[in-house]
Amino acid sequence: MAGVTGLRARLSARPERALRGVTLRWAVAAGLFVVVSALLGLALGPVDLGVGAVAREVVSHVPLLGVESSFSDTEDAILWELRAPRVALGLLVGAMLASAGAGYQGVFRNPLADPYLLGAAAGAGLGATIVIAYDVGGDGGLELRPAAAFVGAMAGVGIAYLLGRSVGGRQTATLILAGVTVASFLTAVQTFVQQRSAETVQEVYSWILGQLETSGWTDVLIVLPYAIVSAVALLLHRRLLDVLAVGDDEAASLGIPVARVRLLVVAAATLGTAAAVAFSGLIAFVGIIVPHAVRLLAGTSYRVVLPLSLAFGGGFLVLVDLVSRTVVAPAQLPIGVVTAFLGAPFFALVLRTTRTVGP
Amino acid sequence: MLYRPLAALVAVLLALVLASCGEGDDTAAPPANSSVAAETAVAPEFPVTVEADNGPVTLEEQPDAIISLSATATESLFAIGAGEQVLAVDDQSDFPAEAPVTDLSGFEPNVEAIAGYEPDLVVAAYDPGGLVDGLERLEIPVLLQDAAPDLDAAYEQIETLGAATGNVEGAQTVVQSMRTEIDELAASVPGAEGATVYHELGPDYYSATSDTFIGSVYELFGLVNIADAAAGTDAGGYPQLTGEYIVSESPDVIVLADTTCCEQTAETVAKRPGWDQIEAVANGDIVEADDDIASRWGPRTVEFVALMAESLAGIGRP
Repeated sequence: MAGVTGLRARLSARPERALRGVTLRWAVAAGLFVVVSALLGLALGPVDLGVGAVAREVVSHVPLLGVESSFSDTEDAILWELRAPRVALGLLVGAMLASAGAGYQGVFRNPLADPYLLGAAAGAGLGATIVIAYDVGGDGGLELRPAAAFVGAMAGVGIAYLLGRSVGGRQTATLILAGVTVASFLTAVQTFVQQRSAETVQEVYSWILGQLETSGWTDVLIVLPYAIVSAVALLLHRRLLDVLAVGDDEAASLGIPVARVRLLVVAAATLGTAAAVAFSGLIAFVGIIVPHAVRLLAGTSYRVVLPLSLAFGGGFLVLVDLVSRTVVAPAQLPIGVVTAFLGAPFFALVLRTTRTVGP
Repeated sequence: MLYRPLAALVAVLLALVLASCGEGDDTAAPPANSSVAAETAVAPEFPVTVEADNGPVTLEEQPDAIISLSATATESLFAIGAGEQVLAVDDQSDFPAEAPVTDLSGFEPNVEAIAGYEPDLVVAAYDPGGLVDGLERLEIPVLLQDAAPDLDAAYEQIETLGAATGNVEGAQTVVQSMRTEIDELAASVPGAEGATVYHELGPDYYSATSDTFIGSVYELFGLVNIADAAAGTDAGGYPQLTGEYIVSESPDVIVLADTTCCEQTAETVAKRPGWDQIEAVANGDIVEADDDIASRWGPRTVEFVALMAESLAGIGRP
């Protein structure tokens, strides 16, 4: 516990466990989880390439080892042009959704805040649907999807937050109710737009259900900058989120520009959500499951929750996607179905816990 | 007489698009309307009871205010000569051009709006939201014709429409010419037997198994459907495949039924990552079908079968 800052000393009323950063043990565990899920994602799939053969193929790209790959051109294409970008996109999307969820929970001091309950995802969905349905900018709106999703998501969260404040301060239930209200409204508008343009209804519908089927490395490269900006911005605010947890007045008395921090964190989390939604559709519950699992297991400080949510969120979504593309192989399930199937029972558990402990 | 409905169809097509449409039947066709009048001259027998997917349906008199909520049924009604008896069709019925399109929906039907037209027969392909119950309660006869699972069922539906509308002869003519042409076309490419096919409903790799109507058309040519490995994973026969499965199966023929909805072409397919490894892509055996024709089970199925026969004739040659 070296390097105790003055700030932390003033917060010494908080339990010891909440103040610790990521321990070496957890850093290693998170790293291993990401590597193992990525390797599993590469090795397994609807087409059996053989785990050993995949390992040899991967190693054969390391120079100076002299390992020969046994892959044909087709197998090579399946692994590197179809499976690998899908795993990469899963890592990015999972990491963005989980860290965005953690960010919202910190900013709003609300354990139930997540991109879905706050209206961010619904707003992003509306923005993306509009560009797909009206083919804005040609190309089925592919280029403009992240930007439109971001505008929609910011509007969704903004309205939900203002509505929640105007109604009843900062109670857990009020903000979530406001978020659900805004989300329902935006979803209704989105469904309306979707139904009005019959030619694209199928495209919009299957995008909503969520999927990580990529068009190769292009998608990954388009999402990557958004992911980096969002993750870096959130990680830079991890200490400030701990301070915000004490309360706005207390944080302000410590010289923290509360309003600006809140706006920056919300913008960063929303940017991540929007980019994820724009490419993978509505993948629910990752933003709730992962941060809460981290809190239960590793500690409640945002210096722990944010980095670990990034790592475990990415790995988790790769594993979920592995289930979605193998369980009914050679067909696949929409990934949103699998996350909700696993996430709903967990969410119920979180609800029970927060009700007994109290906010 | 035998080819008259087909000729009428061709005439409409020719009038619509100023291009030839490949049927090659350029005999001077009478305008569609006079052909319709001639067909209905045969004295129809009413009352009549026909068998539909909602059980036996009895019509006391020959209907002359028909509402079709099924794009397939609309095409069939006009082909068999019942066009003049059609009062209104749903928003998806875009063929033939003279069909009286309204904003009625077959997917989210509004019983009140339908009843407002005072129809004496409603034909539908789906029964969402208690459509059939609601109309029966208003004593409006409803003919439910679900998506046909194969050609025989499709023929039967056309004959049922003929009996229900008093166009028995017109329906028989359409079915006979469909049967003859489709059988001839299927037999014309014996070399296609055993080739593998991937039918694409969307760029997200939704496909159709042999349990579906379109799948049964591929069976006519003796094609092996790669989606059949996923049969049973979803009840409808329309599984979503994975990209890597399609690449590893390397189908001999790819049929795109997403050229309109999703602007897919042989070029966009060839650009998909890893797809250059697929036999069909390497040999250029990618069939660009019309989304609508490939998703309906009416008289224009002949056009789809003709397109397939033409494409399969040159299969495997780069």
